[in-house]
Amino acid sequence: MRRMLVAVASGVVLLSCALAAHHANAVFDLGKRLTLTGTVTEWFWANPHCLLRFDVKNDSGEMMHWVAETQAPPNMTPFGWTKQSFAVGDQVTVTLEPVKNGSPLGRILQVKLPDGKTLVAGNGLSPSDGSGARP
Amino acid sequence: MNSGFGIRDSRFGRMSVGSGFSRTIVTAIALLTLLSPAIRGQQGFRRTPGAVYDVDVADKKSGAPPRRDLSGIWEFAKGGGEGIQADGAKAIPSDGKPEHELPFTPEGRKAFINNKPTYGFTQVPSALTNDPMPGCDPQGFPRIVLHNAHHEQILQTATQVVILYQFNKKWRVIWTDGRKLPANPEVPGWDIKGSPPPEARFWGYSVGRWVDDYTFVADSNGFDDRTWLDNAGRPHSDALHVIETYHRVDADHLEKTITIDDPKFYTRPWVALDKLPYRLQSPSLEIPEQECVPSETAKYNQLFANPAADVK
Repeated sequence: MRRMLVAVASGVVLLSCALAAHHANAVFDLGKRLTLTGTVTEWFWANPHCLLRFDVKNDSGEMMHWVAETQAPPNMTPFGWTKQSFAVGDQVTVTLEPVKNGSPLGRILQVKLPDGKTLVAGNGLSPSDGSGARP
Repeated sequence: MNSGFGIRDSRFGRMSVGSGFSRTIVTAIALLTLLSPAIRGQQGFRRTPGAVYDVDVADKKSGAPPRRDLSGIWEFAKGGGEGIQADGAKAIPSDGKPEHELPFTPEGRKAFINNKPTYGFTQVPSALTNDPMPGCDPQGFPRIVLHNAHHEQILQTATQVVILYQFNKKWRVIWTDGRKLPANPEVPGWDIKGSPPPEARFWGYSVGRWVDDYTFVADSNGFDDRTWLDNAGRPHSDALHVIETYHRVDADHLEKTITIDDPKFYTRPWVALDKLPYRLQSPSLEIPEQECVPSETAKYNQLFANPAADVK
């Protein structure tokens, strides 16, 4: 029973991803997910993509300067994002799809804010499931 | 205010939940089910705050359409992302499938291959594109509709239909004073004394007419061939002729059809948009601002696009 229910639930997720974003995909490691906790250094609310810059210490203690993109502002505001969503110094937990070449770059799926709230990127990609259909 | 989460709320209101393990499983499924339209909505149903969509007023029957009137603020009846997506018109995306192949002439296919879009099955990394748009060169028509379609506001005067577009705050004039399209846009020979000859334009030259009380047809030519038809790099030549049909279905709806007729690049006319439904909005709806900003694009390229593609 449990297996069946999980299968049904998975099907819902897959269906929900069937209309996944048709955002420029060429540079991304499609389906890969990273969750990083770090400190915001800049929130750039801009076209063609907003950029969230944040610093994260890697396993060897080295500070990595991450840059993560979202879609343009008019596509973000319907999902609750604003120019004031982040302040420098905010501790955030970012789930993103990284680029393929290993640079500290990716596109945001969701961000957990200092107050515990979560902003979802609205790009049709699921934060936890890497099996979503791709264009 | 309308919210993308209204659907979720209403569904949740009908949920009944058991106890123990079954409650956990049912809750998990419920959450996933609730999440489903929200995720879908992010592409297939992106809402603009304050806008009304068909799903919001499913029980309301629309009245008769007004006669010869397109005016108003229009939004996709089924939500943003409907009809047009980043890799082209939803019905014929650039996905490499044979059934979505456009009827290219050899010259048209060559132009398509030479275009390096960041969307569609011929996509390249942003740093390697030759798309004129990211650098904020004019997007032009019909790409303003076939890529960056958002809200449109239509104004009518005695001699013009004017369409205001969200992206970059652009507008087009469709003349309704009876003038004809030039047979050769380079040598127009206008009937109207004193009219300047139209040079090749990013937005083309447009004339329109009512074919019946509820159907308006616009023809455009005189295009600058540097623009693309869509984000997926579909090309057009300077022989492009675009036919737009606007049909008032009822008091709340307008259907838009766009046909591409470009004998240099395509062996036959093809329909890029087929009766895409728009819904009339409140006259006080705010249309968001969206500008292509060269300095912001440069910063995006420096911080993201170039390092993502190993471009120095």
